[in-house]
Amino acid sequence: MTRLTFVVRRLLLTIPVLWVMTLFVFMILRLIPGDPVRTMLGFRATPENVAVARHQLGLDEPLWRQYVGWLGGLLHGDLGNDLISHAPLSELMSQRLPVTLELTVLSMLLAIVIGVTLGAWAAVGSRRVRSLTDGAVVLGVSIPDFWLGIMLVLLFAATLGWLPPSGYVPFSDDPAGNLRYMVLPVATLAGAEAAYILRTTRGAMESVLQRPSMTYLRAKGIGPFRMVAGHGLRNAAPTVVTVIGIQFGVLLGGAIVVETLFGLPGVGRLIVTSINQRNYPAVQAGVLAVATLFVLVSLAVDLVVAWLDPRVADGVGT
Amino acid sequence: MTRTTGPALALDDLRVSFPSAQGPVSAVDGVSLELRPDEILGLVGESGCGKSTLANAAMGLLPESAEVSGAVRLGDRDLTILAERDLRRIRGDEIAMVFQDPSTSLDPVWTVGDQVAETIRAHRDVSRREAKARALKLMREVGIPSAEQRYGEPPHRMSGGMKQRIVIAAALANDPAVLIADEPTTALDVTIQAQILQLLDGLRQRRGTAVLLITHDLGVVAQVCDRVAVMYAGQLVEVATTEQIFSHPAHPYTEALLRAVPGTGEPGAELTVIPGQVPDLAAPPVGCRFAPRCPFATEECSIRPPLEGDEAHGAVACWHPRSRDREVTAR
Repeated sequence: MTRLTFVVRRLLLTIPVLWVMTLFVFMILRLIPGDPVRTMLGFRATPENVAVARHQLGLDEPLWRQYVGWLGGLLHGDLGNDLISHAPLSELMSQRLPVTLELTVLSMLLAIVIGVTLGAWAAVGSRRVRSLTDGAVVLGVSIPDFWLGIMLVLLFAATLGWLPPSGYVPFSDDPAGNLRYMVLPVATLAGAEAAYILRTTRGAMESVLQRPSMTYLRAKGIGPFRMVAGHGLRNAAPTVVTVIGIQFGVLLGGAIVVETLFGLPGVGRLIVTSINQRNYPAVQAGVLAVATLFVLVSLAVDLVVAWLDPRVADGVGT
Repeated sequence: MTRTTGPALALDDLRVSFPSAQGPVSAVDGVSLELRPDEILGLVGESGCGKSTLANAAMGLLPESAEVSGAVRLGDRDLTILAERDLRRIRGDEIAMVFQDPSTSLDPVWTVGDQVAETIRAHRDVSRREAKARALKLMREVGIPSAEQRYGEPPHRMSGGMKQRIVIAAALANDPAVLIADEPTTALDVTIQAQILQLLDGLRQRRGTAVLLITHDLGVVAQVCDRVAVMYAGQLVEVATTEQIFSHPAHPYTEALLRAVPGTGEPGAELTVIPGQVPDLAAPPVGCRFAPRCPFATEECSIRPPLEGDEAHGAVACWHPRSRDREVTAR
């Protein structure tokens, strides 16, 4: 199998995944208890009022027809309208999504820089370095992000007053201000991720550095830096990238908590608010956006891994 | 490269031991051996007799826990006392090594060509382009067809024989005076084995590289080696020309080893096994280490026999050597 066939196959595989995802998003909301119309109109609404509203929103139609209508809209880039504000959701998403993207991408970048550097260092370092990084991993993995966020706010915002506790300005309006608002949420979200990436990098590097090919490199007269960076990291990279991809999903989940905690107007917070309001279309749009993001990241990860390890594209066991 | 008239590589009373729960394990015990320029010297012996330890000691590739004494002379330097930094400059440049399994030697995510070029750039101040040109030339020299196309391929797309050719190309990249080949054909198909041996022999003839060929396979020895050193339980028991070894083995162990090879005796004859077991190297027998399994052993054998002999007949470490002018009984 050539690399091109691998890429094409992987791209085609994304289509059914996305379709099944829409089905899940649609059905799950219909299956959880709670009626959006009742929530909208309040308890005093008469059955007639409810029926009228239901008809206006198209909720009296059979489920399959609602689904087909929604899916048809999606294909044209129409996410439907918000039940509360009646504004088009595609517009809302175009404001919300960049916030979530900025938060998650910055967090991931920070986690990768910290995790990979410390992980590689731990794999070749002294016993002291190993126990230090071991401690860091345990802390990073076990501290819940909401608690870490609160502690960071207490320290850097409430006590030291260096950073704002919450809020947001768009990057295009005030780049410096935007980054100031982002520091604490990004640090909160990156903490656990960095620990996972550190652990993965260290494990992968350790197993690579024990391979016979490292003795062969020594026999060729290759220096230690080149062995670790050129061969060790290069061989560990596919494993690390795979884990980064999976962890990106966890990160998106964490973004819901962190956005709520720091008052960031992202997709995560939109989902939380909309669930409370039984605002079906908004929840659907939000979950769909996040899930699509994850599917695209997984796609990118698979392509990067295939590029990093030629055996993957060839379908050979590693 | 300047080559002196002396041996390309000389081991002088080399000893290697590893710590273990039962005390130090003496894996190589007082081995003195000279590898001459241009020759292929076979080092044979059973698994665990210390052949590979000896090779790794010569390359300075043993783990730090290993205790090494004696000398490994390459030219006028003793490699056992060099710092890792200085050893690194020599390895891959003046002395190179080929390992048993090319699949585990090569980096699976690097292209094969880059792995050859890497050795050149580690020792020569040449541009990327120059290194690539040289690597291509080497790949052609070791018999890789359409080298330009294969340069950019990862190892897994190549057969075992082709991979071993790449490993050899990388080892020879800087025209070393000495090549240590540790069971270079063991992981390969029989038909490929002969090709790799021919390749080594041809390279030796063209480049004058001295080759220390480590193997447990006497068939391999018979095909390409000029001389043979036989090792048993960490000690050298016999060193002689290949002709001598096969026609007139002097050490009882060498004789027994030859009889244990299928196809050397009468058709249908049972294979002879060597009675007893390889000694525990944490507590080896005093004196000749083969004595407990040797049919000719006497009380004298509790004193270690020196490796003695001459150029014409070879050297043997035995108090009761088999007659040099006697044919092997199995023939």
